[in-house]
Amino acid sequence: MEILVCVKRVPDTAENEFELNSAGNDLDRDDLVYSVNEWDNYAVEEAIQIVDKVGGNVTVVTVGDDESEEVLRREMAMGANDGVLLCDDAFEGSDGKGIAALLKAEVEKGNYDLIFTGAQADEGAGQVGGMLAAMLDLPYASLVNKIDASDGGTITVGREIEGGNQEMNEIELPCVISIQTGINEPRYVGIRGIRKVAKVEIPVKGASDLGIDGGSVGDAGAKTKRVDYFVPDLGDGAEMLEGSTEEIIEQLIEKLKAKGGL
Amino acid sequence: MTQIFAYIPHQNGVAEDIAMEYPAAAQKIDASASLTAIVTGSGADLDAVVNEMTSIYSEVIKIDNADLAYPNAEVVRKALVNIIPGDAVFLTAHNTLGMDMAPGLSVKMDSAYAADIVDIEGIEGSTLKMIRQELGGAVSTHVESDISNGAVLTIRPGSFAPVEGGSAGGSITDKSSDAGDLSVKRKFLEIVEAEVGDVDITKSDVLVSIGRGIEDEENIEIAQELAEAMGAVVSCSRPIVDAKWLEKSRQVGTSGQTVKPKVYMAMGISGSFQHLGGVKGNPFIVAVNKNPKAPIFQVADVGIVEDILDFMPELTESIQDL
Ligand SMILES: Cc1cc2nc3c(=O)[nH]c(=O)nc-3n(C[C@H](O)[C@H](O)[C@H](O)COP(=O)(O)OP(=O)(O)OC[C@H]3O[C@@H](n4cnc5c(N)ncnc54)[C@H](O)[C@@H]3O)c2cc1C
Ligand SMILES: Cc1cc2nc3c(=O)[nH]c(=O)nc-3n(C[C@H](O)[C@H](O)[C@H](O)COP(=O)(O)OP(=O)(O)OC[C@H]3O[C@@H](n4cnc5c(N)ncnc54)[C@H](O)[C@@H]3O)c2cc1C
Repeated sequence: MEILVCVKRVPDTAENEFELNSAGNDLDRDDLVYSVNEWDNYAVEEAIQIVDKVGGNVTVVTVGDDESEEVLRREMAMGANDGVLLCDDAFEGSDGKGIAALLKAEVEKGNYDLIFTGAQADEGAGQVGGMLAAMLDLPYASLVNKIDASDGGTITVGREIEGGNQEMNEIELPCVISIQTGINEPRYVGIRGIRKVAKVEIPVKGASDLGIDGGSVGDAGAKTKRVDYFVPDLGDGAEMLEGSTEEIIEQLIEKLKAKGGL
Repeated sequence: MTQIFAYIPHQNGVAEDIAMEYPAAAQKIDASASLTAIVTGSGADLDAVVNEMTSIYSEVIKIDNADLAYPNAEVVRKALVNIIPGDAVFLTAHNTLGMDMAPGLSVKMDSAYAADIVDIEGIEGSTLKMIRQELGGAVSTHVESDISNGAVLTIRPGSFAPVEGGSAGGSITDKSSDAGDLSVKRKFLEIVEAEVGDVDITKSDVLVSIGRGIEDEENIEIAQELAEAMGAVVSCSRPIVDAKWLEKSRQVGTSGQTVKPKVYMAMGISGSFQHLGGVKGNPFIVAVNKNPKAPIFQVADVGIVEDILDFMPELTESIQDL
């Protein structure tokens, strides 16, 4: 089984307190800690487990800048065999479709049976997988939390739907699958693992390598654009309890008593 | 004039709540636009939903086909491409069906795509201005889509005011024969229901709910002790279940349980919409989080900026001393 996993380098929500810059139109990116999108780790783990079982190769790909190489190396330390970085000034300003179009070009350079994305990334859109599938004219299933890949031309997948119920589907290969968290337990990657792949060559491909017209991706091709970031004024918000921990607990206990919490 | 089409998700012959929320979203896009509901399905269930929708929408399109009896997104998408005009604005819910169907639909229609819309500012020329969130709700963004060749938007459930019982007396158009070839390469097999756990968190009036802020499996004990002191039950956010620290039946949220407690203690939970989507009935929400900017503080009644690993044991002790 040849598996391509699309991964994205994102600001780590667990490690950062997000602030706006002084102009108030973008995140203050100076001290942001980045990591691999949480969902993508599950996708890479799933790909490795499938290949361990039925044989094949796992390739990880990302559209990003120079610094995105580090997420590819991390996933290769997990066990992905190859990495590809799609990087070009012409890609700047791509919307979801722009990113999907770039990934499509890379998919067509290979011979993949399965293409994985995460169910969603930092921007919370959950768009790239479904777009990529439609552009490739391949079947798609999103939010997959179970894969049975033992059969020949088809696989059985479970999609996690509302209430935690599972929608079982049979899907023909090749196909695109978006992976939901919880499908497996992604393996731990230590410094040593990263060091082992530190010298592996990772090809970098630009617009011409992909045979893509720069005007169809990037800012020029984008129909949807983010204008700015802001923190909404949601009116009341919570009543913040202040003081020493002891004082806070005293106030809280009174409120809990009044509201039936004690 | 803008033409807006709203896809109505339904189950067991009843439309989901979002059906009542699209009209407000459509109004905000363009108050003079036409708004048409589209319902796909089969048989009596479909007819029940279509009839229900005529009280809210002045025009309802019905697509009846045995292949649509279960909403396999691949099939629904194929039908919709043949029904929706190319320059229309198409609305669907940002739920597990919408996420499955809509991104590919925008590709097939060659239209703009914008996901998980929480508010809409309106159209200027051919630019539609909307608001969405990123980074788990930590920041909001204004986004603009060029809708000159149509748009596909997924709308976050619960973000637009629902219409109160209508009497639109809408007309029904049966477009079943326009759906075209519905053969796809993905076959729906069955629904496997979520496992029932040993504790039913939906029955408890007070929940001590823990999130990723609990940091380690061993710390769950701290939450259990607090819950015991309060006569409460421990529930959690999704990452705790993903890590297999608690069972799935304790997960609160859209892909977990819907709870309606009197008091909800959100301990180290950031407040994503998928989590809050499972907290209903307007409980008294207490949020404890070490990040003063955590989105949970926007919806909580009482907020406390503390480390839960220090705070919970102290609270437990104080309650025990009462
Ligand atoms: C070089 C670059 C420049 C950009 N410039 C702008 C800009 O100027 N303005 C703006 O508004 N946005 C910009 N973006 C953001 C871009 O629009 C988003 O990356 C895109 O919309 C997908 O992100 P998402 O969070 O919506 O992904 P989702 O669709 O939520 O992600 C789902 C899955 O898709 C895959 N995926 C997503 N993104 C990538 C990727 N980059 N590489 C590989 N796989 C991926 C992953 O598997 C991920 O788990 C830029 C992105 C890149 C990489
Ligand atoms: C289709 C879909 C369905 C989903 N369904 C659900 C669902 O049903 N339920 C659900 O919960 N999620 C669901 N999610 C996931 C959701 O998007 C979020 O990722 C998740 O809710 C985040 O959980 P969290 O708040 O515990 O973690 P995080 O977002 O990581 O937040 C942890 C918080 O803890 C705080 N913290 C850290 N350490 C401490 C400490 N020591 N003391 C105090 N505070 C601390 C941090 O400041 C942060 O605010 C779903 C996602 C998708 C795509």
